[in-house]
This record gives sequence, structure tokens and C-alpha cells, in this order.
Amino acid sequence: MTSSLTAPDTPPTSETVDTDRSEARASRKASTIELKGLKKHFGADTIALDGVDLVIEPGEFFTLLGPSGCGKTTLLRILAGLETPDDGRLVLGGKDITDIPPHRRSVNTVFQSYALFPHLSVRENLAFGLRMRGVAEPERDSRVDEIAAFIQLGSLIDRRVDQLSGGQRQRIALARALVCEPEVLLLDEPLSALDAGLRSQLQVELLRVQQRLGMTFVFVTHDQQEAMVMSDRIAVLDGGIIQQVGPPREVYERPANAFVARFMGHDNLYPIKERNGDRLVTDLGALSCPAQAGGDLLLIRPETLDLIPGEQPGDNRLFATVNECLYRGSHAEYRLDVGTTTMQATVRNRGGSLPTVGDRVTVIVSSDDLVSLNA
Amino acid sequence: MAYSGVLPSARSQAMVAEARHLLMTVAPGAIWIFVFLVLPSFYLMGVAFMTNGTYGLPEMPLSLESFKRLAGFGFLGWSPGNLYTLLRSLWQTVVSTGLVVLIAYPIAYYITTCREKWRPIMLLLVVVPSWTNQVIRTFGWMNLLAPGTPLAELGQLVGLVPENMGLYPSNFAVTLGLVYNFLPFMVLPLYAAFEKLDHAQVQAAQDLYASPVRAFWHAVFPQTLPGLLAGTVLVAIPAFGMYVIPELLGGGKGMMLGNLVANQFSGGSNWPLGAAGAILMLIATFVGLYAMRRIGKRLGGGEEVVI
Repeated sequence: MTSSLTAPDTPPTSETVDTDRSEARASRKASTIELKGLKKHFGADTIALDGVDLVIEPGEFFTLLGPSGCGKTTLLRILAGLETPDDGRLVLGGKDITDIPPHRRSVNTVFQSYALFPHLSVRENLAFGLRMRGVAEPERDSRVDEIAAFIQLGSLIDRRVDQLSGGQRQRIALARALVCEPEVLLLDEPLSALDAGLRSQLQVELLRVQQRLGMTFVFVTHDQQEAMVMSDRIAVLDGGIIQQVGPPREVYERPANAFVARFMGHDNLYPIKERNGDRLVTDLGALSCPAQAGGDLLLIRPETLDLIPGEQPGDNRLFATVNECLYRGSHAEYRLDVGTTTMQATVRNRGGSLPTVGDRVTVIVSSDDLVSLNA
Repeated sequence: MAYSGVLPSARSQAMVAEARHLLMTVAPGAIWIFVFLVLPSFYLMGVAFMTNGTYGLPEMPLSLESFKRLAGFGFLGWSPGNLYTLLRSLWQTVVSTGLVVLIAYPIAYYITTCREKWRPIMLLLVVVPSWTNQVIRTFGWMNLLAPGTPLAELGQLVGLVPENMGLYPSNFAVTLGLVYNFLPFMVLPLYAAFEKLDHAQVQAAQDLYASPVRAFWHAVFPQTLPGLLAGTVLVAIPAFGMYVIPELLGGGKGMMLGNLVANQFSGGSNWPLGAAGAILMLIATFVGLYAMRRIGKRLGGGEEVVI
């Protein structure tokens, strides 16, 4: 049997022929996806996609992130071929596949509802894609066994789908798509139906699978934490338009605009009233902020702030009163009254004293971590 | 342990109350079924084993005479007439049910694709004809298929019908009548099945390289199977025993089992023979139901299909 997959617990070694083969196959399989000016609307006034341009690299874990109705699922469905764009082209591995129906695309999807076939056993579900492709039964069986071992669901293989838990169904939906060895794997919020513990466990598992196979994953989620944990790059969508594309750190730390900043969980956004060279004036007061170009909003990330007791003047220091304190063990979250406005600060619990409600504190702002952005 | 003797009696009291409640609710229906279904059926069975009297009424002694007659053995030796009638009934049932399925599938699917506010109206249009008396509707078909009508002339043009003849009476007219009559009974259960169709499964099939036809077969068909089987029961069983349509549209060569049975009771010909025919229909129906159940279990992967 030519095994293309090894169990995730076995570390790949240079003498394992199987691993070499799987890497060779993966690198041959993974393809660049180019999206050129994709547009899609539903009915007269619902615009799902309003001109999307993207290049997704081979072997990348790429995430489409955004609130519901932002167009991320529509984009995924266009990649799968389940939706046809009104305008624009879709190129996979140099080949225009815009008009190719889903059953002729080397692209497979893990659906949000899993969409397993309830009248078929687990084995028949896993074998479905290979069967439709006309893969002969002996090879089909061996590949299904391989993927079942790889995803560690060997013991479930002869069960009926309705006898499985949510996590098991999720794995089978993943295995059913993976066994076809597509050029791109699409995942439509595959973890959203699971509880928190199982969810983070499967996040790690999914990431390992992707790294082991070197396959291109396009992942859709509305959870920015999940997106940051999993992705090589994230595209943040809103109103059918890509707001920002970049690695998780860049999107989180240097959001391109107020929407991205808010969606990534930032609340400390202040309109810039005045600019005097490096000095920016906001409701907080004046802060020096070198090397910042345009932009009319100032972003201060709560975890970059330091609090010291009392009023100790200095450059880039603000005086504040603690309004609210949420103690979370490893850290504490503060709401501070500063001037006429408020700001959030997250302070790591390093031991020692933490400010309490009513305390007068000095906020030390690190000018390197200030970001000015467009509203 | 002081109350150990009290508990069981309290429990048995509760059980008695529950049993009484059950009896109260079930009894009216059970009595109805017993008086109007079970008793007549046993009476019919008894009649079938009696001898045909002078005026066609059952008389003693008991005999198997009527079953022999039903099998085709008469005073003049064996004749295939009744066998033909049985085969014709089966054939008409299978063909008309099959046609009904083929026509009802697209209709039911089409209605589910319509806007929500139009769906009840579309369903109404499907059902409304069945509110008219069946005899009247069948007379309507007689007028449509009679000699000289556009349909009959079209049939002559194509070469289906000889010169100066109509499309009825014929087996074709019976099939047409059956399909027309039973279509709503297939559309409704299929519509119910289509309405709760999990489209994600269909998309998953397409995504996993199933062509549209195969996606239908592997993802749509299994999901609509319960509706299809329910519809088949609603169509095939009454079609098998149909009396009015073959009587009016079939003529002498279009007779079905229902007509055979009816003829034995009306005109005072032979009650025992008619009863034997009715029993044959009952047996055929049960065999058909059992077969459907088996098919449903196999195709539905063990999912219980309620018939």
C-alpha cells in the first residue's frame, strides 16, 4: 500500500519514504488561487461581494474573517463553485475555473453543518468523493483506511453517522474532504458548532493536519481569536470588501482602519483633533507619536499600557482614575477615566500590588505601540 | 423500610389509572375499526368460503369453489380471463404509479423553489381538482378522449388510433385517468419531503465530484424517499382497487380487479366469488406494503419509513 499520510503523532523522518512521498504529492497538489475583481449580489440590494482581489499562496492557511453578512461565506462558496460570481475571474493553479461546475473542481469543502450523508455509514461517507471520481474499490478502501487512521477515527469507521458526537462528525467531514486530496481545502466555520474545550483542541488538530499535508486551507470564521491562532494570513472582510490582508500580528497590531481595529477587539480609539509634528492631540491629551503618517484615529492597545500608582509626570504619561477593575487571574482589565474620556488597560499580574477602583494612577504610553489609522 | 409495602400499591394504582386513561382515549377508535373493518373483513372471508346460491347469495356448505372460479376454472374448463384481469390491475398500478412519480417529482420540487407566499396557492392548484367528484372528472376525460375530439384526432394523426375511433375506451385511457386522479396524492408527500430537504447534503455531493444526476440520486433521492414511499402507498393501493376509472374509460378490455369484484356483488352474480376476489386484493396489498417496507429500509439505510 502506498501510504501518503502518516499518523500525526509520528514525527516525520528523512528515511520514511511515505513522508517524502506525501510532501512531494502535497507540493505538487497545492496551487495558487487568484481572485480577480469578484463581484456578487443577491436580489436587488444585497451586495455580498463588491470587487474582491486576492492571491492565496500554495500551502497557506488563509482565513476569511468578518462579521456575519460580510461576504466571507459567499466568497468560499464561489471558490467551491456552489455560487457563480456576477463579475470577475477565479484562477486556480493558472487555470481559469470561474465557469467550472463544483463537481469538476479539485476543491473540497468542510461544511458548517458537516453535511454528512445520514443514510450512509462513516466508511461510505469517507469513500463518497473517491467513488464519484471512479477510483477502484481496492484503492478507495486503502485510502479511506489511511485517512481514518490519520484523523484517528479508525474505530468509528463502521458506525452510522447519527451515532456520532459533534466532534466526531466534524472530524469525519474533514476526513471526507481530505481523502480526495484537493488542491485547496475550504472550511466554512467548521468549529462553530462545538463547545469551547473541544473547539480549541480541534483548532490545534486542524493546524497540525494542514502543516503535515502542506495543503492550501481557506478557512472562514467570525472569531478573531480563532483566526489569529490558525492562520498564516488573514483577510478581514466587511460589506463585501476586503478591509485588510496580512499575517495575524500585522492585522492585530497594525489594523488598516477603524473597522478592522474594532473587529479585532480594540476599543481604545480616539479621534485625532490636532497634529503638531510628532505630537497628536486627542481627548486623552497630547501624546508624541513618531513615524506615523496620516490617519485621523489613534489606536492604543490596552496590553501595551503600564500603570504606576500616583501622579508621576513625564513624557507620554497620562493621569487617570480607576473606574472599573476586572480581575482575571493572569491579568486584570481596567477601565480608566482620563480627562473627558475613558480608556481600557490590561495589566499582567506579576505579583505585587494591583490598582483598585478609585485609585489615582499614571498611565505610561509606549509611543512605539501607538497606531494612527483612517476611520 | 416501613413504607416498602405502600409504594408498590401506590404504583399499581397509578398504573390502573394510566390504563384506564389509555382505554378511554383508544376505545372509540378501536371500536370503530373493529365494527367497520375487522368484523366485515371476517364476514367477507367467511363468505368467500361458502357456496354460490341460486340468486348469487352465499349458501352452505363451505367450499373452495369460489377460489377455483377466481383462478379461472369454470364449467367449460380453464380460461385466462381472471388472470388477465389480475395482471392488468398490477400492470396499470405499476405503470400509473411510476408515471405519477415521474410527473410529481418535478412539480413538488418546483413548488419548493417558488416564493413562500405562492407555495400554498400552487399546492391548492394541485389539490383543487380532487375536490370534484371522481365520476364527474372521469366523464370529463371521456369527453376529451371521445372520437372526433382534438386529442383523438391527434392520436389518429400519429397512428395510435384507428380511423373514426376515440382514445377511449382503452387501457391507455385508464392509465391516463389513474395518473390524473392520483397525482395530488404523490405531490403532497413529496412536497413535504422537499420542503425539509437539507441542501447542504446536495452541495456536499456536488463538492465531492457528483454530477447533477448523481447528486440527485445520492443526496436528494434518499432524503425524499420517505415522501416517495408514503405517496406510493397513497397512490398504488387505491389504484390497484380502482373501480370507477376502468369502468368508465376501460371498456371490456380494460377491466381491473375492482370491476371484477364489484360485478360479482352487483347484479347478484356471485357473492362468494366477489369475496374471494376481495381477499386476493387484500393479500396483494399486504405483499406490496411489505415489499415497500423492505425497499424503504434498504435504501433509507435502516431509517424507519412510516407507512
